[in-house]
Amino acid sequence: MSEPISRRKLITTGAVAAGAAGLAAAAMIVGAHIPPDHRGIYGIEETLTYASQRALTAHSEAREFTRADISAVAPVNGEPPANDDYRRHLAADFADWRLIVDGLVERPASLSLADLRGFPSRSQITHQACEEGWSFIAEWTGVPISYVLDHVGVRPGAKCVAVFAFDKKYDSIDMEDAHHRQSLLAYAMNGAPLPTRHGAPLRLKIPRQLGFKSKKYLVRMSVTDTMKDIGNGQGANGLDHGYAWYGGI
Amino acid sequence: MAEAAYVRGVAVADSERVVCARHCLLIRLTHWLTAFSFIGLCISGFAILLAHPHLYWGETGGIGTPSLIDFPLPTMKGGPSGWGRSLHFLSAWVCVLTGLLYASYGFFGRHFREHLLPVWNDLSWASVSQSISDHLHLRAAVREELRSYNVVQRLTYLAVIFVLFPLVIWTGFAMSPALTSVFPFLATSLGGQQCARTIHFFVASLLVLFLFVHVAMICVTGFAPRMRAMILGDASTVPVAGEQS
Repeated sequence: MSEPISRRKLITTGAVAAGAAGLAAAAMIVGAHIPPDHRGIYGIEETLTYASQRALTAHSEAREFTRADISAVAPVNGEPPANDDYRRHLAADFADWRLIVDGLVERPASLSLADLRGFPSRSQITHQACEEGWSFIAEWTGVPISYVLDHVGVRPGAKCVAVFAFDKKYDSIDMEDAHHRQSLLAYAMNGAPLPTRHGAPLRLKIPRQLGFKSKKYLVRMSVTDTMKDIGNGQGANGLDHGYAWYGGI
Repeated sequence: MAEAAYVRGVAVADSERVVCARHCLLIRLTHWLTAFSFIGLCISGFAILLAHPHLYWGETGGIGTPSLIDFPLPTMKGGPSGWGRSLHFLSAWVCVLTGLLYASYGFFGRHFREHLLPVWNDLSWASVSQSISDHLHLRAAVREELRSYNVVQRLTYLAVIFVLFPLVIWTGFAMSPALTSVFPFLATSLGGQQCARTIHFFVASLLVLFLFVHVAMICVTGFAPRMRAMILGDASTVPVAGEQS
């Protein structure tokens, strides 16, 4: 009579203990990986998703495709920056444009497109998915962010790399992504200079995250140890519009 | 009518042997966590669909490329894919962690074997078709024992637990560029990222269909006592004489 009850209790206790152990393990994994948008009810899922994916993606590379897979149509969201500064640079074919690289670096730099094209380049044919659901495959060519970071010399304590665009948009990535082989400062798409609506003259390509992390129309890249000084204090203007900081989904 | 037969079933069960609740605490807890998180997944899933109400087949798809299905829904850019994604992932974490707890209990606690694995004799065509006929004629409550699941219920629950939920999780993972960088086969085995998105939609639709039928059957077989059994657990708390509907 009483045997099934005690057995059930035993199993329930065991299951709860296993759950608690799982949560404890999760807390350890989370430890080093807490996203800036960890507050509030949605902060729970942001933290769990970011931490668990970072635990898995330490050595992973985004899928790469062949030239035959390149999409005939590459949709975009958003219009080019609507300011005179951008229009002037666009008209001048970005001849005077510079990428400012500053922050926690030994040798702050101001890099022209020619400088960037002169650095070792990497081309990759990757899949870009928008958070909205659509996607396309394209070939991107650019300088690995890690090369530029080595070029300027990252100082100790760096925690993230922030980027700023012509249209006042800004975003940031962690050092794992900044040092990743496939993370590019891309200046060409499908073998041609970056089309205007795809982010000319220079954009990020972070292929292990959704499209919105691959910020377009860059003017500055800054290495920092805190996101508190970046815009809204959370490292990405997308957070003001309901987007997450981490887009690995 | 159905109510009377149902209550009689309680009396029989009571007189036989009441050793355990109709649903034990862990089953009740995981049931409601799953229920609430699934509602969250449905609402947010629909919101995400509104950001781009088109489905494709293959690796890629977008405006200007051939689509599989174009839903006659308004496209709502910006908002839905923002909070929709947040709610979807919060619900998904609750649902998946609950599912893991439930599945480990189900395997190690004999729940699957004793309550969900159909009895061999019930798997005959005659038995299954009789049960389906009972369901279609809303006779389920008359024939059914309160303390057990009939064969159609068992097969449906097994399909939901072992086919639909794993598939919807798999196709969800296959849409993540981070996860497919670690496990490319998640997407390639399905024919691509957009295939995963499309399959995700249809499997989710089947789960919603299950939810509707599940709730309908509960209304038909006695909403109040069934809810009481799934909330309070003990079937014997169903008042035998005083039950009115």
